[in-house]
Amino acid sequence: MRIPLKKSGYEIIKAEVVKITPMTATEKLYEIRLKNGENLDHDPGQFVEVSIFGAGEAPISVCSSPTNQDTFELCIRKVGRMTSVLHNLKVGDEIGIRGPFGVGFPVNLLKGRDMIFIAGGLGIAPLRSLINYVLDERRDFGKVDILLGCKTPDKMLFGSEVAVWAERMDVNFCCTVDKSDPEWKGNVGLITTLIPGVNFNPDNTFAVVCGPPEMYIYVIQELLKKGMPESRIYVSLERHMKCGMGRCGHCQIHQYYCCMDGPVFPYDKVKDLEGAI
Amino acid sequence: MKDVLLKKELFDGFVEALMNSYKVAAPTRRGDKSFAFDFITNPSEVCLDHIPTILPPKKYFLPQHETLLEYDTTEGQNMQAFVEIEPMVILGVHSCDIAGIQCLNHVFMDRPKDYHYQARHDKILLIGYECLRKCDQYASCGLMQTHTPTGGYDIFMTDMGDHYYFSINTFAGKGMVQLFEGFEPADTVAEKTLKKLRSDKKKLFKNETDVSLAEIPSIFEWGFDSHVWDRTAEKCLSCGNCTNVCPTCYCFDVNDEPELNLAKGRRVRVWDSCQNETFAIIAGGENFRPKRAQRTRHRFFRKFKYPVMRYGKFFCTGCGRCSRQCMASINLKETISNLKRSWGEI
Ligand SMILES: Cc1cc2nc3c(=O)[nH]c(=O)nc-3n(C[C@H](O)[C@H](O)[C@H](O)COP(=O)(O)OP(=O)(O)OC[C@H]3O[C@@H](n4cnc5c(N)ncnc54)[C@H](O)[C@@H]3O)c2cc1C
Ligand code: SF4
Ligand code: SF4
Ligand code: FES
Repeated sequence: MRIPLKKSGYEIIKAEVVKITPMTATEKLYEIRLKNGENLDHDPGQFVEVSIFGAGEAPISVCSSPTNQDTFELCIRKVGRMTSVLHNLKVGDEIGIRGPFGVGFPVNLLKGRDMIFIAGGLGIAPLRSLINYVLDERRDFGKVDILLGCKTPDKMLFGSEVAVWAERMDVNFCCTVDKSDPEWKGNVGLITTLIPGVNFNPDNTFAVVCGPPEMYIYVIQELLKKGMPESRIYVSLERHMKCGMGRCGHCQIHQYYCCMDGPVFPYDKVKDLEGAI
Repeated sequence: MKDVLLKKELFDGFVEALMNSYKVAAPTRRGDKSFAFDFITNPSEVCLDHIPTILPPKKYFLPQHETLLEYDTTEGQNMQAFVEIEPMVILGVHSCDIAGIQCLNHVFMDRPKDYHYQARHDKILLIGYECLRKCDQYASCGLMQTHTPTGGYDIFMTDMGDHYYFSINTFAGKGMVQLFEGFEPADTVAEKTLKKLRSDKKKLFKNETDVSLAEIPSIFEWGFDSHVWDRTAEKCLSCGNCTNVCPTCYCFDVNDEPELNLAKGRRVRVWDSCQNETFAIIAGGENFRPKRAQRTRHRFFRKFKYPVMRYGKFFCTGCGRCSRQCMASINLKETISNLKRSWGEI
């Protein structure tokens, strides 16, 4: 007996690639529109499973703000099999989307507060959804600091957009590279070196951190040194993910499933869990 | 619902009646001390008195290799999700294995539901079979209190000498009984005998360890940093046998399996194991449980701590399969006992 299912959780929604913007040698930005006529309706910080039948699925953060309703964006780094297939997509191609999944950033809690964004490398992807949300609703938020870090200047993501953030009077922007090249005029050094220079009021500020696994602890230590309470540091964590629904076990961090209980966690919730940070 | 009795010589007739309406799976003999659930073609294949089968009945609820959907990319990303299943009865399920299915029910039928699991669950009827003696030295159903059923079945059978007592728990259970003529209503004498038998069982099914169920949460509260995990993992081969045979392990992988023409294929889920070294690697190459000891510990914490926090119950049924199957002789009872004893040691 064959029982058809309509909402098993594994169905994809068909979507169309409407625009592709190459960003670096390894990253491309994709603008996607769902074909069912609906909005993705995501929170900043949530992710989707991108599917291409035959190649599989990959969890990818939605990097656009939900204030841009009609389409959404994904910034995809080519690292392996599935992401290589994604990099071969052309405008007009059809893909599948599941989600959005997980818990994003608590935007209502953040309203009225000062914000510090700290992104390393591809960590800018999930943070960009929140940064653009904050900038789109700028008057709902207090002071905004954005700290960016990447390995080398040619690895900088969202270059033209970052240039606009840097120009804005209502944003304090700081950027650093691990290794410079002859044209680079900015800071050189790890992202942690930027934190002592930021002035913030620990009583009214939230920090949001996303980057490679090894980055978190050093950044968090710098923030704590300056008096930031643990409960107001939010981290977005990456884990191996398959189902996105708290079952397959790949993303488990102690009692939490990163795909459902995260990927965004307040630091105090995970700080004592070995291997989480 | 009124319980019934069935004379033993009529049991095969009842099984035949079931087979006329359902596919029937039951424990069958594979070797001297080896049993497996399998679909039967003849009532004589049923082996009610068995020790835990190689694989638990979870294989019918969460098949080792299960199609989630079929796709066809000839004209875009088309797909249809479905479940392929016949209405079936699993006969002769021990109470520990029923407890295992109850754990999986939590995981897959709490929201967001897994409708593949739900569809299978809705088509499977369970007839349990009461254990009257301990299976072997590996079982810890005395510790885990799973030797006597606490719901989760349609019918539960108890051997009472010349007949079986059928406790009927659901309408579906009543429906199965109605398929066969030979039942008699259970009288008060039979009910009393069942009660007595159950209370006598408590003496037989003593705690197999020096750890009490009540102290497990505290042991696993401080036991994370115990040296026991390193010592245990020294022997472990990371083969994943223990998780495959466990009735409450449910980790899986999702893969695409294209047909030869590549345009069509299936997206499937297959059992995976947290004991595999690559289980928690991410794109940057970071592995969140690179050490064997971390993975061994993870398995135990997924039985005795995390599910307690998430689902309010232990995810070990004491079936003993993990210890029975382990090529490195890693024993669950000993490990918990060692963990308790390691308190204060470095
Ligand atoms: C919540 C979340 C958000 C993410 N956001 C982005 C994003 O915005 N942009 C982006 O480029 N990448 C993102 N990733 C990472 C991305 O999912 C992986 O790079 C991708 O799945 C690798 O697939 P692959 O087939 O190309 O690699 P493979 O050829 O399968 O393997 C390459 C490496 O990736 C690891 N990997 C494979 N599958 C997964 C998986 N499902 N989850 C995690 N790691 C995996 C492998 O262990 C291996 O080390 C995110 C991951 C998570 C969990
Ligand atoms: S069965 Fe034994 S050797 Fe294999 S992974 Fe489990 S504990 Fe290790
Ligand atoms: S952990 Fe071992 S004893 Fe416990 S349910 Fe799983 S296989 Fe059975
Ligand atoms: S991705 Fe499957 S449990 Fe989180």
